Amino acid sequence: MSRIPDQGILSRALGSKAWRTAARYLSMILLALLLFGAILLISGKDPLQSYREMFSSTLGSAYGLSEVLVAMIPMLITALAVALPSRVGLINVGGEGQLYIGAAFATWAALTFPDWPAWVLLPVMALLGIIGGALWAFLPGYLRAIGLVNETITTLLLNSVAPKLIGFLIFGFWHAAMDTDKTPNFVPAGRLPTFWGTRVHLGLIIALVLLLLYWIVMKYTRWGLEMRAIGGNPQAAKRNGIPLETYLVTIMCAGGAIGGLAGMAQVSGFYGVLLLNFSMGLGFMGFLICWLAGGDPVGIVLMSFVVSVIMTGGNLLQLTRDLPYAAINILLALTLFVVLARPTLLRGEKT
Amino acid sequence: MSLLSIAGVLSSAIFSGTSLLYTTLGEVIDERAGIVNLGLEGVLLVSASTGVAVAVVTANPYWGVLAAALVGGTMNMVLGYLVIHRQANQLASGLALMFFGFGLSALIGRPYVGAKIHALPRILLPGLSGLPRLYTSLFSFDPLIYLVLPAAVLAWWLLFRTRWGLGLRAVGENADIAYASGRNPRLIRYQALFVGGLFAGLGAAHLAIAYAMTWTEYMTGGRGFIAVALVIFSKWHPLRAVVGALLFSGAVAFQLLLQSSGVQVSPFLLDTIPYLVTLLVLMIWGGTRKQSAPASLGRVYHGTE
Repeated sequence: MSRIPDQGILSRALGSKAWRTAARYLSMILLALLLFGAILLISGKDPLQSYREMFSSTLGSAYGLSEVLVAMIPMLITALAVALPSRVGLINVGGEGQLYIGAAFATWAALTFPDWPAWVLLPVMALLGIIGGALWAFLPGYLRAIGLVNETITTLLLNSVAPKLIGFLIFGFWHAAMDTDKTPNFVPAGRLPTFWGTRVHLGLIIALVLLLLYWIVMKYTRWGLEMRAIGGNPQAAKRNGIPLETYLVTIMCAGGAIGGLAGMAQVSGFYGVLLLNFSMGLGFMGFLICWLAGGDPVGIVLMSFVVSVIMTGGNLLQLTRDLPYAAINILLALTLFVVLARPTLLRGEKT
Repeated sequence: MSLLSIAGVLSSAIFSGTSLLYTTLGEVIDERAGIVNLGLEGVLLVSASTGVAVAVVTANPYWGVLAAALVGGTMNMVLGYLVIHRQANQLASGLALMFFGFGLSALIGRPYVGAKIHALPRILLPGLSGLPRLYTSLFSFDPLIYLVLPAAVLAWWLLFRTRWGLGLRAVGENADIAYASGRNPRLIRYQALFVGGLFAGLGAAHLAIAYAMTWTEYMTGGRGFIAVALVIFSKWHPLRAVVGALLFSGAVAFQLLLQSSGVQVSPFLLDTIPYLVTLLVLMIWGGTRKQSAPASLGRVYHGTE
């Protein structure tokens, strides 16, 4: 399994071939739209009308655009939770689990200290989310660092454990009076503030700041240099005095911490309540986005945007076109397929 | 606790473990050829929904089983095209395939939600016809259950006793050397994925047509990922996969047993046992595990330019 290449969209877009890259990605998405259109046609829906509704409902109005931004938030953060470890050659497929555990830790604070003011409660929740995610990633990081078990396998296994722990906590202790599959609503102080009367919450700012920080750290700090050295050749890095094992554990935990923060942002900013199985693959989505973007911050933002437009538009298709909500995953997957396959419709440099 | 409840638990363990074993066998074959199929969850869903659809339309469960198996093979071909032909990353392609399966299965299965199907017939385990009726109903299994152990032996035979299996394992260990010795790594990987998909499709068919006897969205509930874990647990060996599936369904049975005997342990916690045991086993095996994993698992074969 090779490392995510360092050459992301950013470096290429800044080059002279920016227009060509844009055209290439556009042609890929068009191809995906064509394929999904064919599927719509087969199932008896009008593809043109469906697409018109999809895009006008997401890109055509301020409200639609705000919903796209809302959907982007957890993807941005979980993608970063994959991108950072990937720089030292760690494959973190455990975003899903880290997200759940972070959400659970944050929820504990929201339910236990409902009387605290927001300026105390929210930072505590965020901190707990970070700690939860980091703890969940510690074991995979440690086992990898001592060369015992591959982190891909352990993070995958722990993904299956985390939602069950959440179920245990909700059913056993936290559930609301009427529902057994979710906690009571958080107090207003436990909710991340929202903007402009939409559902866009502070998580967006947090995500963008984190991405910026990531970019700066990777590019301008000693840590970034050492991490890139490890990613390039771990043994050579070690011989040059870089503490390889320490880095592997720390960076894995840092990735987990970011994943945990994504969980906190999701329960505090979006739902305001901890739901059973609330994620439905957000962590996996983050992995895909990070991979397709080559771990590049700007690429992550772009890919998250595209994916969010599709997913948000899918909500509407379900309502007006009588399609199951999950059907939009087809369009999403087709988009991912064509990007993964990188068709050479336009002759471009192969990455 | 009555004998009947123990028998019931045993029976349900066998029913729930069968689809898992088929799926695990499929993944063993994929991974022996060097390809990790993380999209198994999606493959299972599409197989299950198609199987139910065909079983309803033809009013014959066997056509449903056949369709499910073939669809499993076909879905794996999509992954094959991406990772073999386009040399895309296996983990990312697998996850994309999973999302594809979520969507496609929902679309295929939608008209058949709650539809009644003719389930596979159940045949009493030989030698038990003297038992009371309550017991005989527990130990009447469908043909797919009876075939699952032979299927494991078949997978073992294919991998370890045929020329094809030798070539397949060679490709999984080192595709370049396999190529140098006259094999076609790309073709073999496609074949492995197709056969693996057939097995996975049978697993989905058992789940949907014999066990649940209906289609519901996301009905596989993570079985695809469990299978991926069980492959590692079984050290990429089909016969050890039987042990893995037994462990998992045994944990499920244990959980049911505890519940029926009135012990108050959260089923959610018990559900985590199989994963934690797998993790523990991996940690204990640690060093030796490396030798049993196919050496070029997850690597892209670039050909010999």
